[in-house]
Amino acid sequence: MLIDKRDRDSAEIPGSSLADIAFLLLIFFLLVTTINVDTGIGLVLPPKPKPNQSPPKIKKRNLMDILVNAQGQVLINNKPTPMNQIKKKVKNFINNKGKNPHLSVSPKKAVVSIKTARQTMYNTYISMFDQVVGAYKELRNAASQARFGKNYDALPDGSAAQKKIQKLYPKQISIAKPENND
Amino acid sequence: MPDIVFILLIFFMVTTVLKKIKLKVHINYPKAKNIEKIEQKRLISYIYVGPRRLGAGKYGKTQIQIDNAIVDMNDISSIESNKLNQQPKLIVSIRMDKNTHTGVLIDIQKQLQDAGALRINYSSKPENSGGSSSSSM
Repeated sequence: MLIDKRDRDSAEIPGSSLADIAFLLLIFFLLVTTINVDTGIGLVLPPKPKPNQSPPKIKKRNLMDILVNAQGQVLINNKPTPMNQIKKKVKNFINNKGKNPHLSVSPKKAVVSIKTARQTMYNTYISMFDQVVGAYKELRNAASQARFGKNYDALPDGSAAQKKIQKLYPKQISIAKPENND
Repeated sequence: MPDIVFILLIFFMVTTVLKKIKLKVHINYPKAKNIEKIEQKRLISYIYVGPRRLGAGKYGKTQIQIDNAIVDMNDISSIESNKLNQQPKLIVSIRMDKNTHTGVLIDIQKQLQDAGALRINYSSKPENSGGSSSSSM
């Protein structure tokens, strides 16, 4: 009995370092936690057309028609195109600068028109959109590297340099209404 | 005593999830490479599109949720134009399930055009490096 009691007296949790441990944990979670940032592909829709307004006329060579049909195929100017070729084709089209008579006159005039059937999977649509946006991104980066020695994203927001690149390669993506014959 | 309080503090910090909106639809985000971050979170208004959650792992028809309510397609225009009045720089982030048909998207975009909310964002998650993407460019 007596021996037991003496043993219990010495049993105590060492608590002096608990605050430090707690603090370390706090710092650990502060560093590890990521508040999830919203990511996505941004774009600006065209304003609502006025009732008696005819669509702007665009020369055929300055327009690249991309259609995603219900089967998930991507057709560029009615030709089926595999997903990994889209970026190259769009880049060639935009950056043609009048060389090829079938492609755009200049990047400023090039318009990429995107159409999709109603039955297309959103996933396919986004993959295609991703490729088109990627084409613009690469062209802008290349122009930015040549002029300012850094990527387009690295240019300060709203700076003259950024505006210049935007002017060189304006993102002219038109989202047309789907065709009804699907 | 202060140590216990401290630990409690950390416990709650770790377990708390900051989420105001309860999703009524199931969303499996599409993946994309060329995505951008939206820095100004307060400008964003979300539209959730996906199959309705019915509980017990079952999903119903594709529906649209704005804030905390399931809404009808034809109401989007008025809802968003109200939001646009309060926040002229509104960005509408469309969070759509990747297995939804784009017909819904086309209708939503038309509604947004009617409302005048033209800045939109297709919410998608970053593609992990590697995998099937093997383009050298």
